[in-house]
Order: sequence, then structure tokens, then C-alpha cells
Amino acid sequence: MTQISRDDVQHLAQLSSLQLSDKELDDLQKDIENILRYVEQLSELDTSGVEPTYQVTDLENVFRDDTVIDYGVTREQLLEIAPDRLENSVRVPKVL
Amino acid sequence: MTTISDIKSAIASSSARKVVEDAIEKAKNNASYHALLSLTEERALERADKVDSGDIKGKLAGVPFVVKDNFLAFGAPTTAASIMLENFNAPLQATSVEKLEAEGAICIGKANLDAFAHGGSTENSAFGPTMNAYDVTRVAGGSSGGSAVVTALDIVPFALGSDTGGSIREPASFNGVVGIKPTYGTVSRYGVVAMASSTDVIGAFTTTSQDAELVLGIMAGTDVRDMTTLPDFFSPVDVKPHQKIGLIKEFMADDVDSEVKDRINDYVAKLRQAGHTVEEVSLPIVKYTLAMYYIIVPAEISSNLGRYDGIRYGHRTNKPQSLSELYGKSRDEGFVTENKRRIMIGSYVLSSGFFDAYYLQAQKARTLLINEFNELFKAYDVLIGPVSPTPAFKLGENTSDPVKMYLADIMTVPASLAGLPALSVPAGTTKEGLPVGIQLIGQRRSDSQLLALTKSMENA
Repeated sequence: MTQISRDDVQHLAQLSSLQLSDKELDDLQKDIENILRYVEQLSELDTSGVEPTYQVTDLENVFRDDTVIDYGVTREQLLEIAPDRLENSVRVPKVL
Repeated sequence: MTTISDIKSAIASSSARKVVEDAIEKAKNNASYHALLSLTEERALERADKVDSGDIKGKLAGVPFVVKDNFLAFGAPTTAASIMLENFNAPLQATSVEKLEAEGAICIGKANLDAFAHGGSTENSAFGPTMNAYDVTRVAGGSSGGSAVVTALDIVPFALGSDTGGSIREPASFNGVVGIKPTYGTVSRYGVVAMASSTDVIGAFTTTSQDAELVLGIMAGTDVRDMTTLPDFFSPVDVKPHQKIGLIKEFMADDVDSEVKDRINDYVAKLRQAGHTVEEVSLPIVKYTLAMYYIIVPAEISSNLGRYDGIRYGHRTNKPQSLSELYGKSRDEGFVTENKRRIMIGSYVLSSGFFDAYYLQAQKARTLLINEFNELFKAYDVLIGPVSPTPAFKLGENTSDPVKMYLADIMTVPASLAGLPALSVPAGTTKEGLPVGIQLIGQRRSDSQLLALTKSMENA
């Protein structure tokens, strides 16, 4: 049976770039444990020698012409939807 | 209920403007269902006038429709029912919306959904749930709940939805309308908020199978902006007589609501009367498909939702002190709990050390599921069963237990994982008056055969 500790949840939150409150961490610890217990039943299934399926189109190596497609979107439109901009740049807090 | 051809007659005898104004008025009068998050009134009326002046033409000239609010469309924000995208005004439109507009259709509004389409009841919307069209104390189903309800309330003759594990079929069943999840790759997903890319498909809600055929025919086809689209194979066909149909016995188990089973058996009787053969078949791996789904889909979600970083678009937390706080708080504030659950489950099953036991095992099990389907399709044209084990459940009934909520998807996820086309069509109601849908599953690219069959049953 999978046991998920509070540290595990904290670690998963960090991997997922989620800064959670203490209450959320408690709730998610319980939920994630329950969900993992449910999906664990899959280990009963014998899959030896079975190839995994990653996609279901049967398409392979879909090529397109090496030409520029006009998406009809301008730089100004993209800057307009950024939460914070400075002239022609998107502004973020200091990184280093 | 109103069909597309009824609407076209109304446009011919009055005007596109009148028809679009009526649809918008009806949407406003039914605001208490909370099926719509926004109306695109100004743009809709401008386009209606252009239809009336002859500047816009096409197979759907002037016909109003609604899109689920995870489709990028002009005239209102595309929120995905989340705080993350609450104020996101898309700079482009989804290919499916563009194709419908090219045929003159008029989008009048954007429908409620579970935030980022994560859910089966529309209760995970950051802006509150949608009420069922037949009983306001019950859920609309989900995640495309709003789209199903606007169709069922006759506000518009069709609405678009997305289906990753049942998100079109389940709400269609709960609200007594037709819902089609086409073969994976039929319709371009460009411009639709991605959830789980190996099962996400675009489809529609309509009041008849005929209309589903019309709308899907317009949306289908290759798009260089979505490299998973199949070459257009979709064209209407005549119904094949004397089909061999398999009723999936695992979908008719003891724990399935007896009235749901009664309605399915009624439909089976009608199929037999129409000259088709119906036999019980078994898909034993069904008991594992939900476990596969809730490994594969969260894995893909955790990856697809990585793009919401609060930098380029979407919600950014107020005055972050560092870059990691910007990411962490923006995502915490922008996502609902179900989004976080799925992202974190995805992070777990993809982490080194757990990858083989969960993700790889699920993808191998998926192959076994596809093999079982292929075996059945050697002998049967179509597989049928319920869409959901119950009619629409009560609002709040399953919200405290995520696993219980997931169990409602048990009959819809198999077709999603295998990329098969599947329909939900109305099969009658319970004694209480709640709609029950029947699900028809076909081989890949047999979408038009499925619709031909349900069309013949509607006309029977």
C-alpha cells in the first residue's frame, strides 16, 4: 500500500511549481494517497512482452513544408496579454 | 427540440439578426442555469447583420452556436473556467471555430466547464457549477456541462465541446442530447486549451444525429497546426442493414442503475426490430481502464499545464518577491484543487523510480485494451452500453471524494484510451424524468457509420 508522507506531498508540490497552503497540503495528502491506492490495482495485470501505446493515430513522421506559416498574431498582441511588460519585453522579478 | 434546419428556416423567414437576438435573449432568460460564462453579443450581432446583407454565406449562415470556454474564440475572454485564464483574451481562434465561421455560423457565447476540463460534473468550475437542464438540483455532467445544457435548453441548435475521457458523452447523456466524440485526430485541436494530448478530441452537442453529421463534416480534416489530425475521412454514408452489435456486459453489471439498464434494453429491442442482431460481449479489461486513465491523463496534464507560469499570459500573483514565488503562487491561485491533484499525481507517476510501475505499466495495459477492442471488432460492427452508471447525480454528492467522482467515467474512458469514435444518444428517461443516454462505440474512422445507425433509429 502506498503511503504518502507530508514531505512527499511537499516534494510533489515543489516538482509541480505549486506553492500550497498548509490546509491544501493536508487535503491533497489524503486525496493523492487514495487515488494512488486506486490506480495501484493495475499492477495485477500481466503486461510482460507487451509494447506500450503512446499514441493512437497510426501516423508516423508527419512532415510539413519548411515554410513560415502566418498565424495572424503580432508581437504587440502577444505583449498585450502578458501580465507585466516593459516596452517590447515581458517583465519578471530579478532571477539572480 | 430545435434542429439546425429549423433555425435555417427561421432565418429565411425572418432574419439572421432576429434569430441571433432571440438566442441571446433566451440565454439571458436562462442565466440561472449558469451554463454560459460569457456572451459574445456584439460580435455575434455584427456577424448576423453581415449574413443578412449577404456578405457572409455558407452552410450554416446565421446559425447561432456556443463553444465550451476552453476554445479560443473572439468576442469574450477564454477562461477555461479558471482564475488562471480569467482575463485571457485570445489573440487567435481555434481552427474548429474558424471552420464553422467560414460556413457562416455565429458564436453567441462561451459555455461553463470544469476548470481546464478536469472533472465530470462542471462543479470544478472556478466560477460555480452549471445546473442540469432537467433538474436544477442535479449536475450538468462534465466537463462540457455548459455546452450540453445550452443545447438541451434549446438556446442554440449545437454547441462545441472537448472529450478527453467522457467530457462530451456524459453531459450529453445527463441532459438528453446527442454528443459525439469522434475518432482521435478527426478535428483539429489547434486553439483549444490542451488537457491530455493523447486522448483530447473536439466534438459537438446537437439535438439530432443528422446535425452532428453536418457539424462534424465541417470541422473534420487535416490542419498543419495540429500534426495529429487525420486526412479528412468523414463523409455521410447510408446505414448498413443487419448490423452485428455487441452489448458490453461489464457495462450492464449489478451496480449499474436499474433504470439505466432498462433504457438500454429498450434501445436494444428497437435495434432488433430494425433488423440488427444484438449479442452480449465481454471486454474484461474494462475493470482496469479507469486506473490506466488516471495515470496516463494526469501525466499528460502535468506536462501540458506546465505552460501556465504567470509569465507570458494568464494570472500572475501580486508582487512576487522571487521567480519561484511567482511560479508557485500564480499556479496555486490560478488552479482549482482538482487541477492541482491531477498535476501532482502526474508528477508522481512520471518521477524516476515510479515511472515503470505506473506510467509505463498503464501504457502497456492500454495496448491490451486496444487488442480486446480489435478482437471484438472482428465480429461486431458496433459496441453499445450505457454512457454512465447512473443518471445525473445530485450537486455536491461526489465532490468530497475524488475517487468516487472518477468512477462515473468508467464507461467512457475505454473509447478515449483506444482513440475510438463514440456517441451518446438519448435513450429515454427515468421515472423521475431524468435523461439516460446510450453509448455507441465504433472502430476508428467509422464515425459516419455510427451516425448513420443512430440517424436510422431516430427516424424509425
